[in-house]
Amino acid sequence: MFEQFKAKATGVGAELHRFPTRSDALDFILQFLEREGMADAPGSRAVWAKSPFLEGLERRDLREIPGLSFEVSRQSAAQAKFGISQMEWALADTGSLVQDQSEVEQRLVSSLTGIHIALVPSGNILDGKSALFSRINPHTSSYIAFITGPSRTADIERVLTIGVHGPDRLLIVFVDELGGETA
Amino acid sequence: MKKEFKAAINRAVNDANLTGALGKFSEAYKVNRTKAYEGIDFEALRSRIAEAKSAAACHLDEVADVFQKKAEALGAKVYRTRDPQEVKEYILRVARERGVKSVVKSKSMATEEIHLNPFLEKNGIKVAETDLGEWIIQLAGTTPSHMVMPAIHMTKEEVAELFSKEIDERLTTDIPRLVKVARNELRPRFLEADMGITGGNIAVAETGSIVLVTNEGNARLVTTLPEIHIALIGVEKLVEKFESVAPILDALPRSATAQLLTSYVSIITGPGLNDDGSQKELHIILMDNRRTEMAADPKFKQALQCIRCGSCLNVCPIFRLVGGHVFGAVYTGGIGTILTAWFDELQKSEDIQGLCIQCGNCKEVCPGKLDIPEMIMEIRRRLVQNKGQSLVQKAIFGVVNNRKLFHGMLRAASVAGKPFTSGKFIRHLPLFLSELTNGRSLPAIAAEPFRDLFPKIKQPKCQEKAVFYAGCLIDFAYPETGVALVKLLNKAGIEVAFPQEQTCCGAPALYNGAYEVAAQNAQDNIAVLLQQGATYVVSACPTCTVALAHEFGKTLESVGRGEWLDRARELSAKTVDLSTLLKRLVDEGRLSFREKEDLGKITYHDSCHLKRTLKVAEQPRELLAKAGYELAEMHECDMCCGMGGSYSMKLPEISAPILKSKQQNIKDTGAPLVAMDCPGCVLQIRGGFDQDGSSVRVKHTAELLAERLRD
Repeated sequence: MFEQFKAKATGVGAELHRFPTRSDALDFILQFLEREGMADAPGSRAVWAKSPFLEGLERRDLREIPGLSFEVSRQSAAQAKFGISQMEWALADTGSLVQDQSEVEQRLVSSLTGIHIALVPSGNILDGKSALFSRINPHTSSYIAFITGPSRTADIERVLTIGVHGPDRLLIVFVDELGGETA
Repeated sequence: MKKEFKAAINRAVNDANLTGALGKFSEAYKVNRTKAYEGIDFEALRSRIAEAKSAAACHLDEVADVFQKKAEALGAKVYRTRDPQEVKEYILRVARERGVKSVVKSKSMATEEIHLNPFLEKNGIKVAETDLGEWIIQLAGTTPSHMVMPAIHMTKEEVAELFSKEIDERLTTDIPRLVKVARNELRPRFLEADMGITGGNIAVAETGSIVLVTNEGNARLVTTLPEIHIALIGVEKLVEKFESVAPILDALPRSATAQLLTSYVSIITGPGLNDDGSQKELHIILMDNRRTEMAADPKFKQALQCIRCGSCLNVCPIFRLVGGHVFGAVYTGGIGTILTAWFDELQKSEDIQGLCIQCGNCKEVCPGKLDIPEMIMEIRRRLVQNKGQSLVQKAIFGVVNNRKLFHGMLRAASVAGKPFTSGKFIRHLPLFLSELTNGRSLPAIAAEPFRDLFPKIKQPKCQEKAVFYAGCLIDFAYPETGVALVKLLNKAGIEVAFPQEQTCCGAPALYNGAYEVAAQNAQDNIAVLLQQGATYVVSACPTCTVALAHEFGKTLESVGRGEWLDRARELSAKTVDLSTLLKRLVDEGRLSFREKEDLGKITYHDSCHLKRTLKVAEQPRELLAKAGYELAEMHECDMCCGMGGSYSMKLPEISAPILKSKQQNIKDTGAPLVAMDCPGCVLQIRGGFDQDGSSVRVKHTAELLAERLRD
């Protein structure tokens, strides 16, 4: 299912990575942010929304990295280049990620930034919508969000163009250690 | 048709940018859509959608009650109204009460339907459309030309011009750069807006949820950043169960833009919190605007199954030529014609309903199982009922209902010995009409119609008997097709009867909304065709076959002649198109062709009624292959040839370019010969090649097969 997901997600322009442990994934993310020019200046910052990934992680060191912030507001997200969040499910048939985004900060980091880095537990790849629909519940989630690749449009002459109002890059980082249903 | 309407059509078909962009998109769409649906049982999927939406449409008020109760329990405010004016006033009231100065919108056809933007702006509220296409047309001051791709009619040059003016900077036509301009210009508008307005692709009653499907990410910002969110939703978007969301999400992006899923889908259930921790204000407006009346109309209830994907536009041979603005209303294309007739008024659809050529492409791809061609026919019928027929049409159909007079006039035309271009009245007869149209010659009427040739044909005595229903074209223009049919059936041991009293199948009247005339034709034909007690009633014209097998009953029922229904059904059961019958006879070993010799390449044109109503496509191909031809498929083999009966006479400016591209597709195969099963298509395509002096031969399948019978 991972391979199918990979084919579909990269087919719509997402970039995909997979790591066995949280610390591998964290190393990758920090290196990526550095390489892409994260800095403590408007337009270059990174915002990281509440994620199970961060739970129990020694965050003191992370807080000292210039440009990286865990305080998410509309201002901080609007001025950030990078948004990091954890998404709960991956759908193999369409290459989509799904999450209960009832908390606004989850939406802010994944919609106002230019690059969205989505952490996903490797064990939460589902076949598709029918498997998903028994696992999501609108009664308890006021905002269920599906994200499939980066923001796109073809409104001018039907030419596919990436990055309109949402992120123009979507990095999906699978982490085996995060477990998941099938782990 | 009004002069301005004709002028608009002429402008559109001569607009190379428009026809180029639409044509390219429409051709690519067909391929991409097929790919997007790979591995999916489309028929099963659309049945689920149609059932869910139809169930909701059966009791809209109750479903809306459930939705309201549920959404209000979650803290949303639900406002329901039948009147578009009240929708606008409600939104303005909320805006005034909350001191709203600026609004951001994501794409919503419902707000276009009620012309919300100008209303809010007139009342001093700034409105920014944030969907790129919608923003473009907002800046251009026009209406969307397509419900999914609102600015598909505009070139990058035009967009660059608009954006340059907006940001006061000279921009080039670099599309990614133009898109960035939109992002940068609209971002502050999102952040400062006091109110966000969206539509809704689905509204789920049992959970009070609304579902938004977008690609650009604007709907996520519109529903997240401003403190007030108003969703305007037409009641046709209601479904009862949350489980119906999945099939609609399976179909909508695939059908709309051939995507497996759009970049973003948001399922919003009740108001959440704003980013400052305050409670968001969520208003959901369920708008009726005649939808309930539509649901109560047995002929139009199905229109509420529409999920607004626009695929009917994408496959329409007319839309790809004329685009959306010719339709002169917010909703365009086939579905637009229907919605305009209801949301505006029936009379407003008078001209645009005539654009439909009844090819049936849209019906095949519709994920809501709407029969758009049938609803357009019903609009025609009601227009004729309301206004009556024009004098010319009345005169024509008066003749058609009098078989002796009708056939007498056709004969008179052949006696005149000229192609059908002279004479004042007769040239308006259905199918044999009108002056020479651009790019096509009309056939001469045969010196001897089939009805006169038939008694001279010597037939063997056979056990089995078939009645041949010729139809006007084969009878009076292409009797050789009829002769071939008799030869083929005789060879298989079937004797052919040809009752002289058979008359026009009524299709010309029907397709012009003259149901009484068509019903009389149906009745006359049923009586004479059943009299023979034959095993089959066979026709070599798909339009006639469809009339006999599918339309007679419906037509008679619609004019209240229910006493004919049993006989109509009996005739329908006996009716078969020639290729289907021949294939059966070949399979049974009753008919075979001469030993294979290399006859060379042939290409086959699928006629609309044969392929899409009768579902016959493989039979003629297999027969031609058995007869020794090597089939070379053409591009878009099942795209309409532009004939459409009298359509080609009424709208030659549309018919001619459709024919032209059909001819090009035929030529591109390199085959010197093209076969088809419809004499109407023969008339159109042969006429086209005759005009351009090409050597491609155009033949009815029956004639090619008859040539190959064993001696």
